[in-house]
Amino acid sequence: MSSEYLVEVKDLKQYFPIRTGFMKTTLLKAVDGVNFGIKPGETLGLVGESGCGKTTVGRTLLRLYKPTGGEIYYDGNLITDQNMIQYRPKMQMVFQDPYSSLDPRMTVEEIIGEPLDVHKLYSNAKERREKILSLMELVGLNAEHATRYVHEFSGGQRQRIGIARALAVDPRFIVCDEAVSALDVSIQAQVINMLEELQEKLGVAYLFIAHDLLVVRHISDRIAVMYLGRVVETADADELYDSPIHPYTQSLLSAVPIPDPNIAKNSKRIILEGDVPSPLRMPSGCAFRTRCRFATEKCAQECPPLTDRGNGHMVACWNK
Amino acid sequence: MSQNTEKHTPLLQVIDLHTSFKTDKGEVKAVNGVTYTLEEGKSLGIVGESGSGKSVSAYSIMQILDGNGHITQGKVLFKGEDITKYTPKQMEDFRGRHCAMIFQDPMTSLNPVYTVGNQIMEAITTHNKVSKEEARKKAQEMLELVGINDAPRRLKQYPHELSGGMRQRVMIAMALVSEPSILIADEPTTALDVTIQAQILELMMELQKKLGMAIIIVTHDLGVIAQMSDEIVVMYGGRICERGTAEDIFYNPCHEYTKGLLRSIPSVSNMKKKLVPIAGTPINLLNMPKGCAFCARCDNAMKICLTQVPEEVRIDKTHLASCWINIRDNKYLHEEEAEVKA
Repeated sequence: MSSEYLVEVKDLKQYFPIRTGFMKTTLLKAVDGVNFGIKPGETLGLVGESGCGKTTVGRTLLRLYKPTGGEIYYDGNLITDQNMIQYRPKMQMVFQDPYSSLDPRMTVEEIIGEPLDVHKLYSNAKERREKILSLMELVGLNAEHATRYVHEFSGGQRQRIGIARALAVDPRFIVCDEAVSALDVSIQAQVINMLEELQEKLGVAYLFIAHDLLVVRHISDRIAVMYLGRVVETADADELYDSPIHPYTQSLLSAVPIPDPNIAKNSKRIILEGDVPSPLRMPSGCAFRTRCRFATEKCAQECPPLTDRGNGHMVACWNK
Repeated sequence: MSQNTEKHTPLLQVIDLHTSFKTDKGEVKAVNGVTYTLEEGKSLGIVGESGSGKSVSAYSIMQILDGNGHITQGKVLFKGEDITKYTPKQMEDFRGRHCAMIFQDPMTSLNPVYTVGNQIMEAITTHNKVSKEEARKKAQEMLELVGINDAPRRLKQYPHELSGGMRQRVMIAMALVSEPSILIADEPTTALDVTIQAQILELMMELQKKLGMAIIIVTHDLGVIAQMSDEIVVMYGGRICERGTAEDIFYNPCHEYTKGLLRSIPSVSNMKKKLVPIAGTPINLLNMPKGCAFCARCDNAMKICLTQVPEEVRIDKTHLASCWINIRDNKYLHEEEAEVKA
């Protein structure tokens, strides 16, 4: 079976059992029926507030968790129950925290070389060394950095090491889980530009998970908005920002502080009341209805499906 | 000091403030000569990257530095009085009554073993002689003021039972019990989601209008700064690069660092363009260059930048920058010189 998507998930579900009392567990539905596809060389942005399940989507997609339900396809192959070792070189991940995701006891060379060792991607030591150096050059690190330890580097440089490690196996798809969030703005731009250049050069596809909506808009071709384990809206990046349809997307976008005093001080915000409900006590029907201005009885009874509103702009809302 | 006409005394003046920390590796000069003014009822934003000294400059005002840190030079004038000369007792009174502070992470700044009510009441009874019952009533009023519903129940809850946004509201309620004239907010919304951030920022602006207090907001987020501040101070390497009104900084940035910062963030206008990052890595405070702190990362650095720290020069009435390029090209300065000559 072939499809236009490099990576596709259908009705992906990930539940975690949580102990809520003596002899009592409740299912935390971190991801509850998510569908999307990513084409080769494309960037899909995944946004939402903390606890909405965006990180879990990324991790389940790479089978770091065993999915509770649903299907994951890579290049048309169903990989939900496959041995992942053959797919690891194709699908990689860059983690949020460049401090805890790199082993402090390893040198840069060892860190970047490890995936090469695991997948035996070289024939002799010289080739291994050359590969490592070319990867370091690719992400803008100097050759003399190879023998240094992680603690000698700044946050931005560490993130480059993490990216070089992900690129070592020549992947076609990388999950970037908040890959630039821990960095200072001036360094953030360096890493974003690097990710974009690598995409142009190598044609990798990204799932770019982040909570900074301006960064996501900048880097993404398409964007999916999540709320409490479900995708509520997906569209092309510009379309989503220019004409959001779902009430949650609308308020999320209006809440972003724009770095321009005239716009920021004069724009009308849609301020959401209250907090995100606990995922252990999900509201019935549409999860957003408790904070929604347009909620009706129907919203409480039935969960709205994602429907196409033209141009691949998908929205899950009864009233909009 | 002042002569015949009564001189206007600003609410808070920070003058040439230096703060350093003694560490095993040497003295870390976190703040190196910072000067700014806060007027009554206004908002001042301090923006910079990690290690720029923005938080330390705020902590220095409150004198809540870690044990190894101290103010080495400079003055902080509150209504004309130098508070760096205050006794610890006077300082205690200044904190809370005149100036209050809220922090980035409300989970670590609230005490987990006391109820919310207890903590707010403590803040009330420390500064006012009131009965327990009155304090409880006041605490309840404060919670209502910051938009917490069901206040009597919330008073009995512990911090872990509240969400992040709710905890930050409690912090604000606590800070405002004595109606201080200055509220210092150190990254108040960095730990919060955007929709909750919008709620908290809205609340702060509303309370500012209602209570007429001045706000110093310290953040790395240029969006938050743009929304909240009347005036902005941009810091790098413990020094002020540039200060002026929000419009000055965003629409007419003059320091190379400010320009770089604005180019490196995605905004509405450069959405489809490539970002222009600032090259290099942030400065090491243990190893400060002799000249301008930013010169190692500056594309237009000149010889003089490497050896001499640039003085602050006026760009126009409200706008000041410390950059040799501005000193070279400064029209305002040259005009003044010409006037003097004439």
